[in-house]
Amino acid sequence: MKKTVIIDYGLSNLLSVEHAFNHFGVDAIITNEPRKVYQAEALVLPGVGAFDDGMKGLKKLGLLEPLNAAVANGVPLLGICLGMQMLFEQSEEFGLHEGLGFIPGKVVRIPEYDTAGNLQKVPHISWNPLLPAENKIDFSDTVLEKVRPGQEAYFIHSYEAKPSFLQNRLADTIYGGRRICAVATNGNVIGTQFHPEKSGEVGLAIINSFIERYC
Amino acid sequence: MSKKIRLVARLDVKNENLVKGIQLEGLRKLGNPNDFAKQYYLDGIDEIIYIDIVASLYNRNNLSSIVQQTVKDVYIPVCVGGGIRNIEDVRAILSAGADKVAINTATIKNPKLITEVAETFGSQCMVLSIQAKKSRSQTGIWEAYYDNGRAHSGYDVVEWAKKGVELGAGEILLMSVDNEGLQHGMDIELINKVTKSVNVPVICGGGVGCSTDIANAANAGADAIACASVLHYKKSTIKQLKSELLKEGVEVRIQ
Repeated sequence: MKKTVIIDYGLSNLLSVEHAFNHFGVDAIITNEPRKVYQAEALVLPGVGAFDDGMKGLKKLGLLEPLNAAVANGVPLLGICLGMQMLFEQSEEFGLHEGLGFIPGKVVRIPEYDTAGNLQKVPHISWNPLLPAENKIDFSDTVLEKVRPGQEAYFIHSYEAKPSFLQNRLADTIYGGRRICAVATNGNVIGTQFHPEKSGEVGLAIINSFIERYC
Repeated sequence: MSKKIRLVARLDVKNENLVKGIQLEGLRKLGNPNDFAKQYYLDGIDEIIYIDIVASLYNRNNLSSIVQQTVKDVYIPVCVGGGIRNIEDVRAILSAGADKVAINTATIKNPKLITEVAETFGSQCMVLSIQAKKSRSQTGIWEAYYDNGRAHSGYDVVEWAKKGVELGAGEILLMSVDNEGLQHGMDIELINKVTKSVNVPVICGGGVGCSTDIANAANAGADAIACASVLHYKKSTIKQLKSELLKEGVEVRIQ
């Protein structure tokens, strides 16, 4: 079993993420220490709240360098919700802010109107289906391999990630008639916009796959 | 575009017991809240709300240990309310495993708290809890109550909901005190008015007795429905409610 580290930068409900890994026999280390992030063999970056607060939290704790080093060395990294959004280059939440830049693309506000021109609710808070991205037919041989397309996960967010390239999009969901990126990947970096640790059996299956593939 | 709703189990807690009353009065003890939460999770509920219903009277929220226990094997969102007065209370309940907090009394006494919570933890974490009672003198008007339905705020529910969203609330938990616990249907006019006045999701509660009550609320604009008595007294199950809702043309999550 590899050394799995959940990064604590003061902005998330870590307990459920920890329990979900425990559920599959992984004793993850929760830490905010750069040294432990350098030693990690698999990383989880959870998060709720605002983008800039998240990035500032990582910076203040000296976690940017170890994260960069880990990703450069091919250490698998799972970002969840805000943790997923921070994997991108830039966000426009409360002004323009630079992200970790592990996946090309940016984070933008969910449009105020749906495709029919009606006002839609933001934040998007809903269980919604996971669908293969437009260039994919299914989830086989990915971290979503145990998910049947159409199975639902729990989303709660006001901003959405827009990967620059379709190849970095693994799964989408539909909100207000539009596709929203639900899972983005780049090499060993994976981000889920939804909360797998709050998505019942479907979410647990994804964490199980992450563990089987990487931990 | 067909609408999809969340079914939420609302568990009112008093001194470590799940309780349920009618119009927030005459509480009956029903058992260990964790046992109920676990069963509802296995049956396919979409979210859990715990409310410590005596907390605001005693100025404390007693739910941390219950929440800690729940999130060990319940992998869905958990919202916690009752007696949350400040940022430190929010932090404590989130670190016990809650994903969001529902606040009523403290926001009425200090509306700025809504903004503080939203700025510190994100608006998705700040659920504004509103207890609505119909005005006796004017039709189509509801007043917001607090201290578990005991105290008048003087606030008009629709205006307060709008104000709460302006201040940063990411979701509203709207409960009809008049209909609560009766299982005779929800206050559709209230749901209609509030959901049309705000642009954030509204969890509606009070009066669910069967799937038709839920379907009516969904059609009136509810984004999520809080169920209590109908589940606690086993009048129906989550599976049964969901399969009936699908037949009535309301989209729900199926496991």
